[in-house]
Amino acid sequence: MNHSIQSAGMARRNFLRLGAFVAATAMLPAKLLAAMVRPADAFTATGLDSTFAQIGGIPELHDGIIFSTPDIAENGAVVPVKVEIDGNKLPKVDKIYVMVEKNPNPLSAMFNVPAGTKPYVETRVKVAQTCNLYAVVDVDGKLYMAAKETKVTLGGCGG
Amino acid sequence: MERREFNKMLALGLAAGLSLPTLTRGARAANFDYDVPRFGNVHLMHMTDAHAQLQPIFYREPQVNIGVHGARNRAPHLIGQALLDAYGLSAGTRESHAFTYLDFIESSQRFGKVGGFAHLSTLVKRVKANRPGAVLLDGGDLWQGSATSLWTNGQDMVDASKLLGIDVMTGHWEFTLGADRVQEIIENDLDGHIDFIAHNVKDFDFGDPVFASHTVKEINGVPVAIIGQAFPYTPIANPSYFTDGWTFGIQERELQLKIDEVRAAGAQVVVLLSHNGADTDIKLASRITGLDAIMGGHTHDAIPKAMEVKNPAGMTLVTNAGSNGKFLGVLDFDVRNGKIKDWSYKLLPVFADLLPADPDMSALIEKIRAPYQSRLSEVLATTDDLLYRRGNFNGSFDQLICDALIDELGADVSLSPGFRWGTSLLPGDEITMEDLMSQVAITYPSVTLSEMKGDFLKVILEDVADNLFNPDPYYQQGGDMVRVGGLDYAISPLAGAGQRISDMALSGKAIDPSRTYKVAGWASMQPAEGEPIWDVVARWLRDQGTIRAVPLKEPVIKGLSGNKGVA
Repeated sequence: MNHSIQSAGMARRNFLRLGAFVAATAMLPAKLLAAMVRPADAFTATGLDSTFAQIGGIPELHDGIIFSTPDIAENGAVVPVKVEIDGNKLPKVDKIYVMVEKNPNPLSAMFNVPAGTKPYVETRVKVAQTCNLYAVVDVDGKLYMAAKETKVTLGGCGG
Repeated sequence: MERREFNKMLALGLAAGLSLPTLTRGARAANFDYDVPRFGNVHLMHMTDAHAQLQPIFYREPQVNIGVHGARNRAPHLIGQALLDAYGLSAGTRESHAFTYLDFIESSQRFGKVGGFAHLSTLVKRVKANRPGAVLLDGGDLWQGSATSLWTNGQDMVDASKLLGIDVMTGHWEFTLGADRVQEIIENDLDGHIDFIAHNVKDFDFGDPVFASHTVKEINGVPVAIIGQAFPYTPIANPSYFTDGWTFGIQERELQLKIDEVRAAGAQVVVLLSHNGADTDIKLASRITGLDAIMGGHTHDAIPKAMEVKNPAGMTLVTNAGSNGKFLGVLDFDVRNGKIKDWSYKLLPVFADLLPADPDMSALIEKIRAPYQSRLSEVLATTDDLLYRRGNFNGSFDQLICDALIDELGADVSLSPGFRWGTSLLPGDEITMEDLMSQVAITYPSVTLSEMKGDFLKVILEDVADNLFNPDPYYQQGGDMVRVGGLDYAISPLAGAGQRISDMALSGKAIDPSRTYKVAGWASMQPAEGEPIWDVVARWLRDQGTIRAVPLKEPVIKGLSGNKGVA
């Protein structure tokens, strides 16, 4: 039973690899569009405060943002993060940002959420050292956030 | 009945002229009562962290087990007399010997060895005899920790656990046999016998489950869901190349969804079989709803009674059942009309001399050991001192390993992992190859010699200290502090991350942050080339011949007055 679960995962991965190739060639216009809306100054900002300043100010904490990151990173180079939105508390979200406080450039990712799209993103970020990670959302120019600490450790010595 | 039979045997023994020491030991049998009357209608037996100890052993409970912040002065961070006081136990009793380090040498001589699968098997059969439908759960760390488990690639423990009648298990050190071997065992050996469950192990790319998340057992008509929680930090605490492509973690939200799902499907009792460690279990129990019990392991804490932990919707019991086959937990629920009316929990110590060996299990163990007998029984040295490992800081067996590393590799400093498994030896005992393997039997045993700056040595100590003393148990890994050879230091467990370690010195001289030191170690997180640790320590022990007193490199502990986790 477990074997078949594994096999299904493998098959899907191969399928997606094939898909990625097709997508890459078809996405040029989207890439150009992304460059236009990409806030370069926010991505190159150093320090959390100046990154916040670049996107429009310090966000307020909001419990409508469900932000999942590992408590301890298995590999600091690829840390899975997930941002979900409780639609009852935040019915509309325009943008989602992911930030890593102590990275040289804290802003790791920005997602535009077109109207009518369910706001849900999963991605991988680098985390250089133990610090807070932030999920920030933009709702009509107003900023909200959720924070969670992810620890980066040398490992070993367990149990 | 059984006691009467025992007395009869005793009388027969008298007639047959048994030696006096055997008699005195037998006479103490009445001091511990294994008659656990049936309670309720849902019966769960729980063992955990056996670490492949098929034979009876000595295992000294910690003399230092510090709890910080929310965990201060509560179970499991109570040692010695503080633990006895908290649970109303008396010094000098079998319970005191089982649960504490007090008078360890004398008590071990009086009460004999503990654990051993043949003796544990007898206890399981006794508990089962008046509990129809009882299910035996194992919390993991079952297939690793001995010479024979390493040399048979876990097969000895798989065979023994099937004969013991384990029904459900989860894992941690199991994974250090490698993902392929684990899957092979599950498919070839466990199928139809033991459910291997872990809701929190997923494929890294897509989040597909690697194992069954849970199993449902109908116990006397009551559907009982058991959800598996493997050690959340396996690829961090152990080399990640063993579980390439798998991701772990506590996965609190996913667990809540799973509990809601099995409840909706009709489960009347929901239990988490956990390898989180006690403090993480306690925190999890306070945040998750709908769990009736967390039966946990990993931190090797033998908690005499179940803890009742409140959460937003009710209460969850938390139990932790020690290690090394030394204990069997028995949790009974009285379920009527789909609701739990009452419960009862006992943690039974396994005293080998009170529980006759089960003949079938004895035969299997003998068969397992036969091909290795001469290697196992090689005497490397004898010890005049007590040898043990468990405790937050250096134990005497680890000190030998650290000292051997310095001598054999020509190092200034040596580091050895803060494992919590590893059995104990009494003064006067021989140290056999088997005893040594019970401290070092891992699948990544290479020794290493590295050049390291003084400031990086501090980084390592700080990193491990935070894994032990972080205020939030979700950020701890459940090992003890890294063991050190050559090095003196002080530690402030209550200080913040990166601020706990001070006064590092080598032979009275302060460690220079910018100087390079030669540091020996083993159990590297990255693939490493080097002699296996057992060859290095065995050679050193043979040279020593006799181990006299073992002076411990214990740190100076600062800022912990009134803490009942340290004597």
